[in-house]
Amino acid sequence: MEAFLSSLVSVAFHGTAFGMILYVISVGLSVTMGLMGFANLAHGVFAMAGGYVMTTAMNRYGVPFPLALALAFLGVAAASVVLERLLYARLYNAGELEQVLFTIGLIFMSVAVARMIYGTLQQPVYLPEYLKGQFPLLGRDFPTYRVFLIVFSSLMIAALWFGVERTRWGAMVRAAVDNRPMAQSVGINTTQLFTLTFALGSGLAGLGGALGAEIISVQPTYPFEQLVYFLIVVSIGGLGSLRGPFIAALLIGLTDTACKYWLPQFGAFFIYIATIALLLWRPMGLFGRRA
Amino acid sequence: MSIALETRGLCKSFGALTVAEKIDFRLDAGARHALIGPNGAGKTTFVNMLTGRLAPSSGQILMAGDDITALGQAARVKLGLGRTFQINSLFRNLSVLDNVALSVAERRGVGGRMWRPAGAYREIREESLSLLETLGIAGDAGVRVLDLPYGKQRLVEIAIALGLNPAVLLLDEPAAGVPSMESARILQVLDKLPEEIAILIIEHDMDLVFRFARRITVLVQGEVLCEGTPVEIAADKRVHQVYLGEGRHG
Amino acid sequence: MTHSGGYNADARIRWQEWLPWLAALAAFFLLPEYLSLGARILIYILFALSLDLVLGYAGVITLGHSAFFGFGAYVAGILSAKLGISDPMLQLVAAALGAGLLGLGTGAIILRTSGLTLLMLTLAITSVCLEIANKATPVTGGADGLSGIVIAPILGSFKFDMFGKTAYLWCLVVLFGAWWLIRRLIYSPFGATLAGLRENGIRMHAIGAPVYRRLLIAYGLSAMFAGIAGALLTQTNQFVGLNVLGFEPAGELLVMLILGGVGRIYGAFIGPVVYLIAQDQLAKQFPEYWYLGIGAMLVVVVLFARGGLLGIADGLIARLRSKP
Repeated sequence: MEAFLSSLVSVAFHGTAFGMILYVISVGLSVTMGLMGFANLAHGVFAMAGGYVMTTAMNRYGVPFPLALALAFLGVAAASVVLERLLYARLYNAGELEQVLFTIGLIFMSVAVARMIYGTLQQPVYLPEYLKGQFPLLGRDFPTYRVFLIVFSSLMIAALWFGVERTRWGAMVRAAVDNRPMAQSVGINTTQLFTLTFALGSGLAGLGGALGAEIISVQPTYPFEQLVYFLIVVSIGGLGSLRGPFIAALLIGLTDTACKYWLPQFGAFFIYIATIALLLWRPMGLFGRRA
Repeated sequence: MSIALETRGLCKSFGALTVAEKIDFRLDAGARHALIGPNGAGKTTFVNMLTGRLAPSSGQILMAGDDITALGQAARVKLGLGRTFQINSLFRNLSVLDNVALSVAERRGVGGRMWRPAGAYREIREESLSLLETLGIAGDAGVRVLDLPYGKQRLVEIAIALGLNPAVLLLDEPAAGVPSMESARILQVLDKLPEEIAILIIEHDMDLVFRFARRITVLVQGEVLCEGTPVEIAADKRVHQVYLGEGRHG
Repeated sequence: MTHSGGYNADARIRWQEWLPWLAALAAFFLLPEYLSLGARILIYILFALSLDLVLGYAGVITLGHSAFFGFGAYVAGILSAKLGISDPMLQLVAAALGAGLLGLGTGAIILRTSGLTLLMLTLAITSVCLEIANKATPVTGGADGLSGIVIAPILGSFKFDMFGKTAYLWCLVVLFGAWWLIRRLIYSPFGATLAGLRENGIRMHAIGAPVYRRLLIAYGLSAMFAGIAGALLTQTNQFVGLNVLGFEPAGELLVMLILGGVGRIYGAFIGPVVYLIAQDQLAKQFPEYWYLGIGAMLVVVVLFARGGLLGIADGLIARLRSKP
């Protein structure tokens, strides 16, 4: 019994860490889809880019960890602004097929570039000394880095939720997600709003990719392999919703960790089946408003 | 006179918002009936309930005496209920002929056939062409709908509904968006429609309404305000009040 | 008119439509060193046709067609390697039936949804198939793939030789049969319905069409043809690996279809020909630049040339015709 409880706690802990990373990466996707109605399948590219920025900065240039994280966030956000203005913006009114094709094209391009620059192996992650090792918590030892992940992500998430609830920007986003034409007619500059929100969402994805580099390894096939997970989080959580994907991400994180630990021969099978079942029961997701 | 379409106590609410309140409505066979009311009165919602696109919260819908409240759209179409849309809902990249042929084929039960080429079903092509003929657009049969002027597109909209050989036809603002020069053509077309079809039109264009309709129902905020002949409605003070400040449309 | 079918169309096969087949036969005699590439092209044309049926004609956006392709491939492989059934025609029939049933089953579940939810579900279903193939090692060979596949001579006499001659002709014959069937389907009233569904699903409901049933049939048929293509691949390579179920082939297929032109039968022919020949010539030397190029091409086509190569050709022809 002792051993079982112990592994239960371990699964819960690691599952939560994984779930939080999934959320930090996917929340941008949820808001983008709810706000701009744009199916950005290439979202994983931003997460991967964040991972590469951080590992390159640390491994090749000796940049300290906190700065590398900040670079991941800002660098990816800045790059996403360029992409959004030049390319994405042209397709906001295009059909769904065009959007899907475009984002697949982006995935192909970024996978190729990543392979050309970094090769096919995953990037090694060298954590700073103060985040290595074990951290005692409630009489047990947990990996320090994972504790840091959970704490840091919680802070970021809290900041995000506060921002959306309390700031003018957040109010505009909520209004525009609810009813875009109405929002435009009350004078909200949707173009700027889209760019700003897209940058924030992509930056967060980059940050999540960097933070989670230990859990989701940074390699060129990242956008293909992880796409399903991000889409699952967003579909189950509900597009345009902020809280929904959080619950969904935690559920996915916990379920995935539990399955891989206790039923490794089934892999991610249950997650996919559960997703299918859930989406059939609630096509809008658990908390979604628009599809 | 037999009743083609009837509603009894039809209600619809979305949570606290009531959009239809105990609507009792009768459409006789061969009727020329108009449904008018200010914007937001719930006219299109009413039509959506009649066609089965929207389920009522309570009440009954009957067609030729049979209760159709629980039936879906396709079933109601098979019973002879056709409609047009307020904003053109056409198969834009297909030709005018194909647009009409699709509904004719459905009616004839041929739409699911997979072996013989569609072009070999001459009866369908001929029926579609003669339908287009009565609407005066047979010459445009091969033209892509996308390339037609809006007024003609509106006629295609009506043609698709007629292809179903409906016993009851619901026309949602047939003249909407059509420049006034072309709306005379719409009126001509409406006049020439077969006598046996019961027609309900929703319109804002009062000219059209008063020249076409033999009976008028006025809907305000989801409730029937009054019903009667055009003369009666024109004289009714309450109707004047409701429309005060609203000039002619169309 | 850019698409075929409808009630005004002449369904007889025009002489230009025989050209691709003549070209394919010519290739058999004139380019014997390229027959394995040729077989691959023929297989992908069939795969592209199957996807076009559902994507270009019925307008269902799916990323999950490799599930049916892979399923057909594995059925053929498992029949041979595990059950000792090596007759190629039996394998094809089994793959067709199996993939078709899978299509009907999954379609019944997902076709009530649309848009992103539908797309998501197609991805999830493909992932499920991939996981099963990966883990069910005793049956599927797992990550190493299924080898030891034997293909008996066709009709007892035509042996699969090592120059790929039999394989090529076999694929050509099967493709021809499938093309003929699909073409009939597109020109039929059912095909007209599919076009209607793509153009305006709401109106199809309003004219009393049994939308869900029609979509389901189209989806099932499309899955069946994809399964046949997968089986052909197994028979040609005498091997099945996990890569038949991945996202990369699904993505590549989409590129081929877009390249040729969606919603047009011959788009499904041109796309794979151009893509696979280009890939054969260019990708070997510069594999990374190849993927970069493909991605860039997708982006460019979407932004500037939505009708694909056939669309560009149409535009050119229209411009030439309008000159006095």
